[in-house]
Amino acid sequence: MIADLSPGLIVIFGALLIPLLPQNGQLRNIYMLALPVVAALQMLTHDQGSFGQVQIFDYTLTLFRLDKLSFVFGLVFHLAALLGVIFSLHIRDTLQQVAGLVYAGAAIGALFAGDMISLFVYWELTAIASVFLIWASRTERAYAAGMRYLIIQVGSGVILLAGVILYAQKHGTVAFGHLGLVDLPTTLIFVAFGIKCAFPLLHNWLQDAYPEATVTGTVILSAFTTKLAVYALARSFAGTEILIYIGAVMTAFPVFFAVIENDLRRVLAYSLNNQLGFMVVGIGVGSELALNGTAAHAFSHILYKALLFMSMGAVLHRTGTCKASSLGGLYKSMPWTAGFCIVGAASISAFPLFSGFISKSMILTAAAGEGYWGVWLVLVFASAGVLEHSGIKIPYFAFFAHDSGKRVAEAPGNMLLAMGITAFLCIFIGVFPGTLYAILPYPVDFEPYTVAHVITQLQLLLFAMLAFALLVKTGLYPEEMPSTVLNSDWVYRRLLPKMVGALYGAGGYVRSGVLRRLQRRLEHFIAMVFRTHGPAGILARTLAPGATTLWVAALLGFMLIFYYV
Amino acid sequence: MSTPQNDGDRPQDKRYWLDEPRNVRKVFWLLCAICALLAIADFFYHKHAHFKVEEFPVFYGLYGFVCFVFIVFAGKLLRKIVMRDEDYYDR
Repeated sequence: MIADLSPGLIVIFGALLIPLLPQNGQLRNIYMLALPVVAALQMLTHDQGSFGQVQIFDYTLTLFRLDKLSFVFGLVFHLAALLGVIFSLHIRDTLQQVAGLVYAGAAIGALFAGDMISLFVYWELTAIASVFLIWASRTERAYAAGMRYLIIQVGSGVILLAGVILYAQKHGTVAFGHLGLVDLPTTLIFVAFGIKCAFPLLHNWLQDAYPEATVTGTVILSAFTTKLAVYALARSFAGTEILIYIGAVMTAFPVFFAVIENDLRRVLAYSLNNQLGFMVVGIGVGSELALNGTAAHAFSHILYKALLFMSMGAVLHRTGTCKASSLGGLYKSMPWTAGFCIVGAASISAFPLFSGFISKSMILTAAAGEGYWGVWLVLVFASAGVLEHSGIKIPYFAFFAHDSGKRVAEAPGNMLLAMGITAFLCIFIGVFPGTLYAILPYPVDFEPYTVAHVITQLQLLLFAMLAFALLVKTGLYPEEMPSTVLNSDWVYRRLLPKMVGALYGAGGYVRSGVLRRLQRRLEHFIAMVFRTHGPAGILARTLAPGATTLWVAALLGFMLIFYYV
Repeated sequence: MSTPQNDGDRPQDKRYWLDEPRNVRKVFWLLCAICALLAIADFFYHKHAHFKVEEFPVFYGLYGFVCFVFIVFAGKLLRKIVMRDEDYYDR
């Protein structure tokens, strides 16, 4: 049984023991570094197949299913957990250390879940553990954002549970395999996955909450939740056509918000949303090339996105702000961080020889090969958008642009180490794509480095850069301003509270109106009673006994006659 | 501490290569040159085009340029609709 323990459980239970180790000793650091390594070894040395099966009532739970799809996601999840630990080694906050690793462990556990009941348990655990990374900022803003995040994440779990229960009733199984969008239960499961995957209009928890987390928390958050959802969609809804269009919208719309957003970590959250779109398109296309592309893109995306969040985290850590309007010129004092950031930016923009190029081109080729030409146009457009916000805006406004005059120390050693390893991996995957292609779910018959691929991609990127240079030169490029950009979260942060407030106000108006009217009625009634029963009222007059006797006699007489008749 | 050729508000800073406007112009012209080379390269290889539009000369370059400009101008327009003060939600 122990030999078949899910790597996720190793990390989760291991994380719970962290508080027992001395807070300031090296022992705790070594232990935290060892956890993802041990869990990864468990995965790497294990046979493929379904293990750790438990019978509960009529259903079989599978705690450890290792196949090609869960392997490639599993590998990058372990890597991300390890890099996250290295990046946060300078932290002495037990809450963040435990929450970060329990969260990573829950996400890994969910990857290896072979049934939807254990998937649900891990799904909720990722939500609950991760919110502490947001609350760990210990600010009023972070508390409120965390609360909103938690409600949406737990809500996704509740919808998943409802879907799973209905599915089990109808089909008699809870196996976590291909479902397809066919009936109500599968629709519910689809929506639950969609919330975590930040589908358009279900997306705003991401841009709302991630930038409020701690410097290290955001790096860890960026890796797991959404890619777990991508994995779940790839497992259960591959080839569902609607995903192609959902994905295409996801790639395009965050682009416009990212241009005008001032908080650079929030820009990265928009860019995360946009990258998820490419993966969702791949799942929707559903061919072997497309699904390979999705898995490969998730792999390289987790690394370069973590790298970008790390570099912005380092900037926030040193300068105390991540606002583009108050940064600039930092390459002078943080040259290493700037360099690593540029590697991340080149990777996400899919420059040849960087990781994004060898994975995104698979999805684009797959979509074009299936003849989705409108979708393909949107994806190429979105690729120019990625270059705009992640390739240029992030490094340009943080490290170059006009000099903010900020002179700070270079990032701490552990941060530089984490960024260095991640940057190395981004380039390694880009230069040797075969290493990543070898572990993809299906055999790969794809050559990223053809003359046509390289030249067309370079044209797209460099002409877009030329556009940027011209816009800046002519002063047409919008300046960064301190601001809040409204998005769909406005509905529940402003509109709904206002409507409730208005309803409450209207309710108060109605209530007071009704009360006023009732009061007037009551006064009227009292006045009438007073008229009849008051001191001068007709019914208040005293009658003589004789008259009363007469009345009684008349009454008796009347009754007598009545009964007789 | 300050040296005569350092100007302005931060005399203790050393001048970086990019601090010279002349060098920034060099970078710009380099970018232009690379773009020109890429555009010319378009006529010397076979495109495995999936769609007709890809066969248009320098399609990717032009499309990238137009998309970029469109995104920036659309963003400027979007600002008018969705931009609020920094403390909008805190009030």
